[in-house]
Amino acid sequence: MTRDQIKSVILEIIGQIIPDEDLSNLKGDIPIREQVELDSMDFLDIIMELRKRYGIEVPENDYPKLATLDGSVAYLEPLMKNL
Amino acid sequence: MDYEVLIIGAGMSGLAAGIRLAYYGKKVCIVEKHHRVGGLNSFYNRGGRRFDVGLHAMTNYVSANVRLAPLPKLLRQLKLKPEDFALCPQQMSIIKFPQKTLRFNNDFGFFVRDVIDNFPHQADNFQKLLRTVFEYDELNLYAKPVSAREVVCSTISDPILCDMIFCPLMFYGNAQENDMEFGQFVIMFKSIFCEGFARPRAGVRQILDVLVRKYKAYGGELKMRCAVKSLQCANGRVESVLLENGEIIRAEKVLSSAGYVETMKLLSDYDFSQLDSFAGQISFVECIFVLNRSPRDMGYNTTITFYNNSDRFYYRKPDKLVDVSSGVICCPNNFQFDQPLPEGMFRVTNLANFDLWNELSESEYKAQKAAWLEAILGEAVKFVPDFRDSIVYVDMFTPKTIQRFTDRVNGAVYGSPYKVKTGKTHLDNLFICGTDQGFLGIVGAMLSGISMANLHVLQKT
Repeated sequence: MTRDQIKSVILEIIGQIIPDEDLSNLKGDIPIREQVELDSMDFLDIIMELRKRYGIEVPENDYPKLATLDGSVAYLEPLMKNL
Repeated sequence: MDYEVLIIGAGMSGLAAGIRLAYYGKKVCIVEKHHRVGGLNSFYNRGGRRFDVGLHAMTNYVSANVRLAPLPKLLRQLKLKPEDFALCPQQMSIIKFPQKTLRFNNDFGFFVRDVIDNFPHQADNFQKLLRTVFEYDELNLYAKPVSAREVVCSTISDPILCDMIFCPLMFYGNAQENDMEFGQFVIMFKSIFCEGFARPRAGVRQILDVLVRKYKAYGGELKMRCAVKSLQCANGRVESVLLENGEIIRAEKVLSSAGYVETMKLLSDYDFSQLDSFAGQISFVECIFVLNRSPRDMGYNTTITFYNNSDRFYYRKPDKLVDVSSGVICCPNNFQFDQPLPEGMFRVTNLANFDLWNELSESEYKAQKAAWLEAILGEAVKFVPDFRDSIVYVDMFTPKTIQRFTDRVNGAVYGSPYKVKTGKTHLDNLFICGTDQGFLGIVGAMLSGISMANLHVLQKT
Protein backbone atom coordinates (compact mmCIF):
# COMPACT_ATOMS: atom_id res chain seq x y z
CA MET A 1 0.00 0.00 0.00
CA THR A 2 1.09 3.54 -0.68
CA ARG A 3 1.07 6.28 1.96
CA ASP A 4 -2.12 7.68 0.45
CA GLN A 5 -3.81 4.30 0.54
CA ILE A 6 -2.78 3.81 4.16
CA LYS A 7 -4.15 7.23 5.01
CA SER A 8 -7.48 6.48 3.42
CA VAL A 9 -7.66 3.14 5.24
CA ILE A 10 -7.16 4.94 8.57
CA LEU A 11 -9.78 7.55 7.69
CA GLU A 12 -12.16 4.84 6.62
CA ILE A 13 -11.70 3.02 9.95
CA ILE A 14 -12.23 6.23 11.94
CA GLY A 15 -15.29 6.97 9.82
CA GLN A 16 -16.70 3.60 10.70
CA ILE A 17 -16.22 4.22 14.42
CA ILE A 18 -17.67 7.75 14.38
CA PRO A 19 -19.86 7.87 11.27
CA ASP A 20 -21.40 11.30 11.86
CA GLU A 21 -18.12 13.19 12.15
CA ASP A 22 -16.69 15.17 9.21
CA LEU A 23 -13.16 13.90 8.59
CA SER A 24 -12.40 15.82 5.39
CA ASN A 25 -10.51 18.60 7.18
CA LEU A 26 -8.50 16.41 9.52
CA LYS A 27 -5.00 17.86 9.84
CA GLY A 28 -2.14 15.39 9.65
CA ASP A 29 0.16 16.87 12.27
CA ILE A 30 -2.34 17.49 15.09
CA PRO A 31 -3.46 14.62 17.37
CA ILE A 32 -6.61 13.09 15.91
CA ARG A 33 -8.32 13.14 19.28
CA GLU A 34 -7.93 16.93 19.47
CA GLN A 35 -9.80 17.34 16.20
CA VAL A 36 -12.66 14.87 16.48
CA GLU A 37 -14.56 13.42 19.40
CA LEU A 38 -12.73 10.16 19.80
CA ASP A 39 -12.09 8.70 23.25
CA SER A 40 -9.40 6.26 24.30
CA MET A 41 -11.75 3.32 23.73
CA ASP A 42 -12.43 4.47 20.18
CA PHE A 43 -8.70 4.95 19.64
CA LEU A 44 -8.10 1.35 20.71
CA ASP A 45 -10.63 0.29 18.09
CA ILE A 46 -8.55 1.83 15.31
CA ILE A 47 -5.65 -0.38 16.35
CA MET A 48 -7.87 -3.43 16.81
CA GLU A 49 -9.42 -2.91 13.38
CA LEU A 50 -5.95 -2.77 11.78
CA ARG A 51 -5.16 -6.08 13.38
CA LYS A 52 -8.46 -7.61 12.39
CA ARG A 53 -8.17 -6.53 8.78
CA TYR A 54 -4.44 -6.74 8.08
CA GLY A 55 -2.98 -8.72 10.96
CA ILE A 56 -0.88 -5.75 12.06
CA GLU A 57 0.28 -5.95 15.67
CA VAL A 58 0.84 -2.62 17.38
CA PRO A 59 2.42 -3.07 20.83
CA GLU A 60 0.80 -1.03 23.61
CA ASN A 61 3.95 1.09 24.01
CA ASP A 62 3.71 2.26 20.41
CA TYR A 63 0.13 3.57 20.70
CA PRO A 64 1.31 7.20 21.15
CA LYS A 65 3.03 7.03 17.74
CA LEU A 66 -0.40 6.70 16.16
CA ALA A 67 -1.79 9.82 17.79
CA THR A 68 -1.67 11.90 14.59
CA LEU A 69 -2.65 10.94 11.06
CA ASP A 70 0.90 11.63 9.77
CA GLY A 71 2.40 9.64 12.65
CA SER A 72 0.07 6.72 11.92
CA VAL A 73 0.98 6.68 8.23
CA ALA A 74 4.70 6.83 9.00
CA TYR A 75 4.40 4.05 11.57
CA LEU A 76 2.24 1.80 9.43
CA GLU A 77 4.06 2.32 6.11
CA PRO A 78 6.76 -0.33 6.66
CA LEU A 79 4.14 -2.72 8.06
CA MET A 80 1.68 -2.24 5.20
CA LYS A 81 3.88 -1.66 2.17
CA ASN A 82 3.61 -5.26 1.04
CA LEU A 83 -0.14 -5.56 1.46
CA MET B 1 -5.76 -24.54 24.78
CA ASP B 2 -9.50 -24.78 24.21
CA TYR B 3 -10.11 -21.03 24.23
CA GLU B 4 -8.14 -17.82 24.29
CA VAL B 5 -10.62 -16.41 26.81
CA LEU B 6 -13.16 -18.11 29.03
CA ILE B 7 -15.78 -15.82 30.55
CA ILE B 8 -17.68 -16.89 33.67
CA GLY B 9 -21.26 -15.62 33.61
CA ALA B 10 -23.55 -14.49 30.79
CA GLY B 11 -24.76 -11.32 32.47
CA MET B 12 -24.44 -7.83 31.06
CA SER B 13 -20.69 -7.60 31.65
CA GLY B 14 -19.81 -11.10 30.46
CA LEU B 15 -21.82 -10.72 27.26
CA ALA B 16 -20.36 -7.28 26.53
CA ALA B 17 -16.82 -8.54 27.09
CA GLY B 18 -17.63 -11.53 24.89
CA ILE B 19 -18.85 -9.34 22.03
CA ARG B 20 -15.63 -7.31 22.08
CA LEU B 21 -13.44 -10.38 22.10
CA ALA B 22 -15.42 -12.33 19.52
CA TYR B 23 -15.57 -9.34 17.17
CA TYR B 24 -11.79 -9.07 17.21
CA GLY B 25 -11.39 -12.73 16.40
CA LYS B 26 -10.60 -14.16 19.83
CA LYS B 27 -11.68 -17.70 20.46
CA VAL B 28 -14.02 -17.07 23.36
CA CYS B 29 -16.53 -19.04 25.39
CA ILE B 30 -18.99 -17.88 28.02
CA VAL B 31 -20.13 -20.41 30.61
CA GLU B 32 -23.40 -19.65 32.38
CA LYS B 33 -24.76 -21.61 35.32
CA HIS B 34 -28.40 -20.86 34.56
CA HIS B 35 -30.64 -21.79 31.70
CA ARG B 36 -31.19 -18.06 31.21
CA VAL B 37 -28.79 -15.20 30.53
CA GLY B 38 -28.77 -11.93 32.46
CA GLY B 39 -27.28 -12.72 35.88
CA LEU B 40 -28.30 -9.94 38.24
CA ASN B 41 -30.38 -8.41 35.45
CA SER B 42 -32.35 -11.35 34.23
CA PHE B 43 -36.04 -12.10 33.80
CA TYR B 44 -38.54 -14.81 34.67
CA ASN B 45 -42.07 -15.97 33.94
CA ARG B 46 -44.67 -16.44 36.61
CA GLY B 47 -48.43 -16.74 36.48
CA GLY B 48 -48.29 -16.36 32.70
CA ARG B 49 -46.53 -13.01 33.01
CA ARG B 50 -43.00 -11.93 32.28
CA PHE B 51 -41.07 -10.07 34.94
CA ASP B 52 -37.68 -8.43 35.00
CA VAL B 53 -35.48 -9.29 37.95
CA GLY B 54 -33.68 -6.09 38.70
CA LEU B 55 -34.50 -3.52 36.11
CA HIS B 56 -36.48 -0.50 37.27
CA ALA B 57 -34.92 1.79 34.75
CA MET B 58 -31.74 1.98 32.80
CA THR B 59 -29.62 4.92 33.88
CA ASN B 60 -27.24 6.91 31.63
CA TYR B 61 -29.90 7.78 29.07
CA VAL B 62 -28.80 10.50 26.65
CA SER B 63 -30.35 11.50 23.34
CA ALA B 64 -28.88 10.09 20.14
CA ASN B 65 -26.82 13.20 19.28
CA VAL B 66 -24.63 13.03 22.42
CA ARG B 67 -21.42 11.16 21.77
CA LEU B 68 -19.07 11.33 24.72
CA ALA B 69 -21.17 9.71 27.42
CA PRO B 70 -21.16 6.14 28.75
CA LEU B 71 -24.18 4.92 26.78
CA PRO B 72 -23.05 6.04 23.29
CA LYS B 73 -19.55 4.90 24.21
CA LEU B 74 -20.72 1.38 24.87
CA LEU B 75 -22.93 1.31 21.79
CA ARG B 76 -19.90 2.18 19.65
CA GLN B 77 -17.75 -0.38 21.39
CA LEU B 78 -20.35 -3.10 20.82
CA LYS B 79 -21.06 -1.98 17.24
CA LEU B 80 -24.70 -1.36 18.14
CA LYS B 81 -27.08 1.37 17.05
CA PRO B 82 -29.01 3.46 19.61
CA GLU B 83 -32.29 2.01 18.33
CA ASP B 84 -31.12 -1.54 19.14
CA PHE B 85 -31.91 -0.96 22.83
CA ALA B 86 -35.21 0.77 21.98
CA LEU B 87 -34.94 2.99 25.03
CA CYS B 88 -37.91 5.14 26.00
CA PRO B 89 -37.15 8.02 28.38
CA GLN B 90 -38.80 8.47 31.77
CA GLN B 91 -41.46 11.06 32.59
CA MET B 92 -40.59 12.44 36.03
CA SER B 93 -39.03 11.00 39.15
CA ILE B 94 -39.13 12.29 42.69
CA ILE B 95 -37.18 12.08 45.92
CA LYS B 96 -39.66 12.41 48.75
CA PHE B 97 -38.52 13.08 52.30
CA PRO B 98 -40.65 14.27 55.25
CA GLN B 99 -39.22 17.77 54.94
CA LYS B 100 -38.93 18.24 51.17
CA THR B 101 -39.61 16.79 47.74
CA LEU B 102 -37.17 17.05 44.85
CA ARG B 103 -38.09 16.27 41.26
CA PHE B 104 -35.87 15.29 38.36
CA ASN B 105 -36.30 14.18 34.77
CA ASN B 106 -33.81 13.68 31.95
CA ASP B 107 -33.10 17.41 31.71
CA PHE B 108 -30.34 18.14 34.21
CA GLY B 109 -31.13 21.88 34.30
CA PHE B 110 -34.58 21.05 35.63
CA PHE B 111 -33.10 19.19 38.61
CA VAL B 112 -30.60 21.96 39.36
CA ARG B 113 -33.41 24.54 39.41
CA ASP B 114 -35.56 22.30 41.60
CA VAL B 115 -32.73 21.87 44.13
CA ILE B 116 -32.15 25.62 44.23
CA ASP B 117 -35.89 26.39 44.53
CA ASN B 118 -36.21 23.97 47.45
CA PHE B 119 -32.92 24.83 49.12
CA PRO B 120 -32.23 28.47 48.21
CA HIS B 121 -29.60 28.80 50.95
CA GLN B 122 -27.66 25.91 49.45
CA ALA B 123 -27.55 27.30 45.90
CA ASP B 124 -23.86 28.27 46.00
CA ASN B 125 -22.89 25.10 47.82
CA PHE B 126 -24.75 22.97 45.30
CA GLN B 127 -23.00 24.71 42.39
CA LYS B 128 -19.72 24.07 44.17
CA LEU B 129 -20.59 20.38 44.47
CA LEU B 130 -21.39 20.28 40.76
CA ARG B 131 -17.96 21.71 39.95
CA THR B 132 -16.31 19.06 42.14
CA VAL B 133 -18.35 16.35 40.41
CA PHE B 134 -17.48 17.56 36.91
CA GLU B 135 -13.78 18.02 37.66
CA TYR B 136 -13.40 14.51 39.07
CA ASP B 137 -12.01 11.78 36.83
CA GLU B 138 -14.27 8.93 37.89
CA LEU B 139 -12.90 6.59 35.24
CA ASN B 140 -9.36 6.61 36.63
CA LEU B 141 -8.90 2.99 37.64
CA TYR B 142 -5.99 3.89 39.92
CA ALA B 143 -7.62 6.65 42.01
CA LYS B 144 -7.50 6.34 45.80
CA PRO B 145 -10.93 5.76 47.41
CA VAL B 146 -12.42 8.90 48.97
CA SER B 147 -15.52 9.09 51.19
CA ALA B 148 -18.41 10.69 49.30
CA ARG B 149 -20.13 11.59 52.59
CA GLU B 150 -17.09 13.63 53.53
CA VAL B 151 -16.89 15.42 50.20
CA VAL B 152 -20.63 16.09 49.85
CA CYS B 153 -21.33 16.99 53.48
CA SER B 154 -18.34 19.32 53.66
CA THR B 155 -19.71 21.16 50.62
CA ILE B 156 -23.45 21.13 51.37
CA SER B 157 -24.28 22.20 54.90
CA ASP B 158 -27.91 21.05 54.98
CA PRO B 159 -27.91 17.35 55.94
CA ILE B 160 -31.39 16.86 54.45
CA LEU B 161 -30.19 17.92 51.01
CA CYS B 162 -27.13 15.64 51.38
CA ASP B 163 -29.39 12.71 52.23
CA MET B 164 -31.77 13.50 49.39
CA ILE B 165 -28.93 13.53 46.85
CA PHE B 166 -27.51 10.28 48.21
CA CYS B 167 -30.83 8.43 48.35
CA PRO B 168 -31.33 7.52 44.65
CA LEU B 169 -27.59 7.14 44.04
CA MET B 170 -27.26 4.62 46.86
CA PHE B 171 -30.43 2.68 46.07
CA TYR B 172 -29.40 2.29 42.43
CA GLY B 173 -25.84 1.14 42.86
CA ASN B 174 -24.06 1.29 46.17
CA ALA B 175 -22.54 -1.77 47.80
CA GLN B 176 -21.29 0.08 50.86
CA GLU B 177 -23.31 0.73 54.01
CA ASN B 178 -23.83 4.36 55.10
CA ASP B 179 -21.23 5.84 52.79
CA MET B 180 -20.18 5.63 49.18
CA GLU B 181 -16.87 5.86 47.40
CA PHE B 182 -16.67 9.30 45.78
CA GLY B 183 -15.75 7.99 42.33
CA GLN B 184 -18.83 5.78 42.51
CA PHE B 185 -20.87 8.77 43.68
CA VAL B 186 -19.76 10.75 40.62
CA ILE B 187 -20.59 7.88 38.27
CA MET B 188 -24.05 7.49 39.81
CA PHE B 189 -24.68 11.25 40.02
CA LYS B 190 -23.96 11.67 36.33
CA SER B 191 -25.83 8.54 35.28
CA ILE B 192 -29.01 9.46 37.20
CA PHE B 193 -29.17 13.25 37.50
CA CYS B 194 -27.08 14.56 34.58
CA GLU B 195 -28.13 11.84 32.15
CA GLY B 196 -31.29 10.02 33.13
CA PHE B 197 -33.68 7.09 33.17
CA ALA B 198 -35.09 5.13 30.26
CA ARG B 199 -36.50 1.68 29.68
CA PRO B 200 -37.07 -0.54 26.68
CA ARG B 201 -40.77 -1.34 26.36
CA ALA B 202 -39.91 -5.05 26.41
CA GLY B 203 -37.78 -4.62 29.52
CA VAL B 204 -34.38 -6.17 30.13
CA ARG B 205 -34.98 -8.93 27.54
CA GLN B 206 -34.60 -6.33 24.80
CA ILE B 207 -31.04 -5.61 25.90
CA LEU B 208 -30.12 -9.24 26.56
CA ASP B 209 -31.51 -10.46 23.24
CA VAL B 210 -29.45 -7.88 21.37
CA LEU B 211 -26.28 -8.82 23.24
CA VAL B 212 -26.70 -12.58 22.80
CA ARG B 213 -27.50 -12.22 19.10
CA LYS B 214 -24.48 -9.99 18.53
CA TYR B 215 -22.15 -12.25 20.50
CA LYS B 216 -23.20 -15.32 18.54
CA ALA B 217 -23.07 -13.49 15.22
CA TYR B 218 -19.40 -12.71 15.87
CA GLY B 219 -18.69 -16.36 16.55
CA GLY B 220 -18.75 -16.40 20.35
CA GLU B 221 -19.65 -19.64 22.06
CA LEU B 222 -22.22 -19.70 24.86
CA LYS B 223 -22.67 -22.70 27.13
CA MET B 224 -25.83 -22.59 29.24
CA ARG B 225 -26.50 -24.63 32.39
CA CYS B 226 -22.80 -24.92 32.74
CA ALA B 227 -21.62 -24.05 36.24
CA VAL B 228 -17.97 -23.72 37.15
CA LYS B 229 -17.01 -26.04 39.99
CA SER B 230 -13.46 -24.87 40.55
CA LEU B 231 -10.49 -23.10 39.03
CA GLN B 232 -7.34 -25.22 39.11
CA CYS B 233 -4.27 -23.09 39.70
CA ALA B 234 -0.54 -23.58 39.43
CA ASN B 235 2.41 -21.20 39.17
CA GLY B 236 0.29 -18.14 39.85
CA ARG B 237 -2.07 -18.90 37.00
CA VAL B 238 -5.40 -20.54 36.35
CA GLU B 239 -4.39 -23.73 34.58
CA SER B 240 -7.84 -25.11 33.88
CA VAL B 241 -11.49 -24.68 34.69
CA LEU B 242 -13.44 -27.62 36.05
CA LEU B 243 -17.15 -27.57 35.33
CA GLU B 244 -19.85 -29.15 37.49
CA ASN B 245 -20.54 -31.63 34.68
CA GLY B 246 -16.96 -32.91 34.93
CA GLU B 247 -15.71 -31.23 31.79
CA ILE B 248 -12.33 -29.49 31.95
CA ILE B 249 -11.73 -26.35 29.94
CA ARG B 250 -8.36 -24.75 29.33
CA ALA B 251 -8.13 -21.08 28.46
CA GLU B 252 -5.27 -18.60 28.26
CA LYS B 253 -7.25 -16.03 30.22
CA VAL B 254 -10.28 -16.19 32.47
CA LEU B 255 -12.60 -13.24 32.94
CA SER B 256 -15.02 -13.76 35.81
CA SER B 257 -18.21 -11.82 36.34
CA ALA B 258 -19.28 -14.07 39.23
CA GLY B 259 -18.20 -11.52 41.86
CA TYR B 260 -14.87 -11.17 43.66
CA VAL B 261 -15.61 -13.26 46.73
CA GLU B 262 -17.56 -15.73 44.64
CA THR B 263 -14.66 -16.12 42.20
CA MET B 264 -12.06 -16.55 44.95
CA LYS B 265 -14.20 -19.31 46.42
CA LEU B 266 -13.77 -21.22 43.16
CA LEU B 267 -10.01 -21.34 43.58
CA SER B 268 -8.71 -24.73 44.59
CA ASP B 269 -6.09 -23.37 46.98
CA TYR B 270 -7.52 -20.20 48.44
CA ASP B 271 -7.54 -19.20 52.09
CA PHE B 272 -11.22 -18.41 52.72
CA SER B 273 -10.66 -16.92 56.18
CA GLN B 274 -9.92 -13.44 54.87
CA LEU B 275 -12.88 -13.36 52.50
CA ASP B 276 -15.73 -12.56 54.89
CA SER B 277 -14.84 -8.91 55.27
CA PHE B 278 -15.08 -8.48 51.50
CA ALA B 279 -18.64 -9.77 51.28
CA GLY B 280 -21.34 -7.22 50.55
CA GLN B 281 -24.23 -6.74 52.98
CA ILE B 282 -26.66 -4.67 50.95
CA SER B 283 -29.65 -6.61 49.73
CA PHE B 284 -33.29 -5.96 49.03
CA VAL B 285 -36.79 -7.32 48.97
CA GLU B 286 -38.82 -6.44 45.95
CA CYS B 287 -42.60 -6.66 45.61
CA ILE B 288 -44.14 -6.57 42.17
CA PHE B 289 -47.82 -5.67 41.98
CA VAL B 290 -49.74 -6.22 38.77
CA LEU B 291 -52.88 -4.07 38.55
CA ASN B 292 -56.10 -4.24 36.59
CA ARG B 293 -55.84 -0.57 35.68
CA SER B 294 -53.10 1.76 34.69
CA PRO B 295 -51.41 4.03 37.27
CA ARG B 296 -52.05 6.91 34.89
CA ASP B 297 -55.81 6.35 35.26
CA MET B 298 -55.28 6.84 38.98
CA GLY B 299 -53.64 10.16 38.23
CA TYR B 300 -50.11 8.91 38.83
CA ASN B 301 -47.52 9.90 36.23
CA THR B 302 -44.28 9.62 38.18
CA THR B 303 -41.73 7.12 36.89
CA ILE B 304 -39.71 6.45 40.04
CA THR B 305 -40.34 7.59 43.61
CA PHE B 306 -37.46 7.41 46.08
CA TYR B 307 -38.91 7.85 49.54
CA ASN B 308 -37.64 8.22 53.04
CA ASN B 309 -39.86 8.46 56.11
CA SER B 310 -37.45 9.06 58.94
CA ASP B 311 -35.55 12.16 60.05
CA ARG B 312 -32.39 10.97 58.31
CA PHE B 313 -31.79 8.51 55.47
CA TYR B 314 -30.08 5.28 56.53
CA TYR B 315 -28.68 3.07 53.81
CA ARG B 316 -27.56 -0.07 55.58
CA LYS B 317 -28.42 -3.67 56.31
CA PRO B 318 -31.47 -3.34 58.58
CA ASP B 319 -31.65 -5.03 61.99
CA LYS B 320 -35.00 -6.50 61.04
CA LEU B 321 -36.09 -8.45 57.96
CA VAL B 322 -37.07 -5.37 55.96
CA ASP B 323 -36.63 -1.63 56.41
CA VAL B 324 -39.78 0.09 55.17
CA SER B 325 -38.67 3.52 56.39
CA SER B 326 -37.15 4.12 52.98
CA GLY B 327 -37.60 2.55 49.58
CA VAL B 328 -38.02 2.87 45.85
CA ILE B 329 -41.34 2.68 44.02
CA CYS B 330 -41.02 2.16 40.30
CA CYS B 331 -43.90 2.40 37.88
CA PRO B 332 -42.77 0.67 34.66
CA ASN B 333 -45.82 2.09 32.84
CA ASN B 334 -44.64 5.65 33.24
CA PHE B 335 -42.01 5.79 30.55
CA GLN B 336 -42.64 7.51 27.26
CA PHE B 337 -43.65 4.39 25.34
CA ASP B 338 -45.34 4.72 21.96
CA GLN B 339 -47.83 2.06 23.11
CA PRO B 340 -48.88 1.60 26.74
CA LEU B 341 -47.91 -1.59 28.57
CA PRO B 342 -50.72 -4.17 28.70
CA GLU B 343 -51.11 -4.02 32.49
CA GLY B 344 -50.47 -1.57 35.28
CA MET B 345 -47.58 -2.32 37.58
CA PHE B 346 -45.78 -1.07 40.65
CA ARG B 347 -42.45 -2.42 41.86
CA VAL B 348 -41.46 -1.60 45.42
CA THR B 349 -37.90 -2.15 46.65
CA ASN B 350 -36.73 -1.99 50.27
CA LEU B 351 -33.49 -2.72 52.10
CA ALA B 352 -33.49 -6.17 53.68
CA ASN B 353 -31.36 -8.38 55.89
CA PHE B 354 -30.10 -11.55 54.23
CA ASP B 355 -29.11 -13.38 57.42
CA LEU B 356 -32.52 -12.95 59.01
CA TRP B 357 -34.34 -14.15 55.91
CA ASN B 358 -31.93 -17.03 55.50
CA GLU B 359 -32.38 -18.47 58.97
CA LEU B 360 -36.19 -18.76 58.75
CA SER B 361 -37.82 -22.16 58.40
CA GLU B 362 -39.87 -22.71 55.29
CA SER B 363 -43.20 -21.99 56.99
CA GLU B 364 -41.83 -18.93 58.83
CA TYR B 365 -40.36 -17.67 55.58
CA LYS B 366 -43.77 -17.81 53.90
CA ALA B 367 -45.49 -16.17 56.85
CA GLN B 368 -42.92 -13.39 57.05
CA LYS B 369 -43.16 -12.75 53.34
CA ALA B 370 -46.92 -12.31 53.63
CA ALA B 371 -46.61 -10.07 56.68
CA TRP B 372 -43.94 -7.84 55.18
CA LEU B 373 -45.83 -7.59 51.92
CA GLU B 374 -48.65 -5.92 53.85
CA ALA B 375 -46.23 -3.61 55.68
CA ILE B 376 -44.52 -2.63 52.44
CA LEU B 377 -47.86 -1.97 50.75
CA GLY B 378 -49.07 0.10 53.67
CA GLU B 379 -45.99 2.30 53.41
CA ALA B 380 -45.96 2.53 49.60
CA VAL B 381 -49.51 3.82 49.31
CA LYS B 382 -48.49 6.88 51.33
CA PHE B 383 -46.52 7.94 48.25
CA VAL B 384 -48.56 6.66 45.34
CA PRO B 385 -52.34 6.37 44.88
CA ASP B 386 -53.81 3.57 46.97
CA PHE B 387 -53.84 0.72 44.44
CA ARG B 388 -54.64 -2.06 46.91
CA ASP B 389 -58.09 -2.78 45.47
CA SER B 390 -56.68 -3.06 41.92
CA ILE B 391 -54.08 -5.76 42.50
CA VAL B 392 -54.52 -8.85 40.32
CA TYR B 393 -51.17 -10.52 40.89
CA VAL B 394 -48.27 -10.21 43.33
CA ASP B 395 -44.77 -11.57 43.25
CA MET B 396 -42.14 -10.93 45.89
CA PHE B 397 -38.49 -11.83 46.10
CA THR B 398 -36.17 -11.64 49.09
CA PRO B 399 -32.38 -11.61 49.59
CA LYS B 400 -32.62 -15.39 49.82
CA THR B 401 -34.25 -15.56 46.38
CA ILE B 402 -31.52 -13.35 44.95
CA GLN B 403 -28.82 -15.53 46.45
CA ARG B 404 -30.43 -18.70 45.15
CA PHE B 405 -30.63 -17.45 41.57
CA THR B 406 -27.46 -15.40 41.28
CA ASP B 407 -25.12 -17.15 43.73
CA ARG B 408 -24.17 -13.79 45.18
CA VAL B 409 -22.98 -14.05 48.76
CA ASN B 410 -25.66 -12.57 51.08
CA GLY B 411 -27.84 -11.85 48.04
CA ALA B 412 -25.77 -8.66 47.75
CA VAL B 413 -26.93 -7.31 44.41
CA TYR B 414 -24.24 -4.63 44.29
CA GLY B 415 -21.52 -7.04 45.33
CA SER B 416 -18.58 -6.32 47.57
CA PRO B 417 -18.04 -2.80 48.98
CA TYR B 418 -14.40 -3.15 47.94
CA LYS B 419 -14.18 -2.86 44.18
CA VAL B 420 -11.32 -4.27 42.13
CA LYS B 421 -11.18 -1.40 39.65
CA THR B 422 -8.20 -2.68 37.68
CA GLY B 423 -9.88 -6.09 37.45
CA LYS B 424 -6.61 -7.76 38.47
CA THR B 425 -6.37 -10.61 40.92
CA HIS B 426 -3.35 -12.32 42.50
CA LEU B 427 -3.38 -14.71 39.54
CA ASP B 428 -1.76 -13.54 36.29
CA ASN B 429 -4.50 -14.65 33.93
CA LEU B 430 -7.63 -14.26 36.09
CA PHE B 431 -9.55 -10.99 35.92
CA ILE B 432 -12.75 -9.66 37.48
CA CYS B 433 -15.43 -7.85 35.50
CA GLY B 434 -18.96 -6.72 36.30
CA THR B 435 -20.38 -5.67 39.65
CA ASP B 436 -17.21 -6.18 41.69
CA GLN B 437 -14.98 -4.41 39.20
CA GLY B 438 -16.92 -1.33 40.13
CA PHE B 439 -19.03 0.04 37.28
CA LEU B 440 -22.61 -0.60 38.35
CA GLY B 441 -26.02 -0.59 36.76
CA ILE B 442 -26.80 -2.09 33.38
CA VAL B 443 -24.75 0.41 31.40
CA GLY B 444 -21.98 0.25 34.00
CA ALA B 445 -21.87 -3.53 33.89
CA MET B 446 -21.56 -3.56 30.10
CA LEU B 447 -18.83 -0.90 30.25
CA SER B 448 -17.05 -2.98 32.85
CA GLY B 449 -16.99 -6.00 30.57
CA ILE B 450 -15.82 -3.85 27.67
CA SER B 451 -13.07 -2.12 29.67
CA MET B 452 -11.72 -5.32 31.14
CA ALA B 453 -11.75 -7.09 27.76
CA ASN B 454 -9.89 -4.11 26.28
CA LEU B 455 -7.41 -3.71 29.11
CA HIS B 456 -6.49 -7.30 29.81
CA VAL B 457 -6.98 -9.03 26.50
CA LEU B 458 -7.15 -6.80 23.43
CA GLN B 459 -4.38 -4.39 24.43
CA LYS B 460 -2.10 -7.18 25.53
CA THR B 461 -1.77 -9.24 22.41
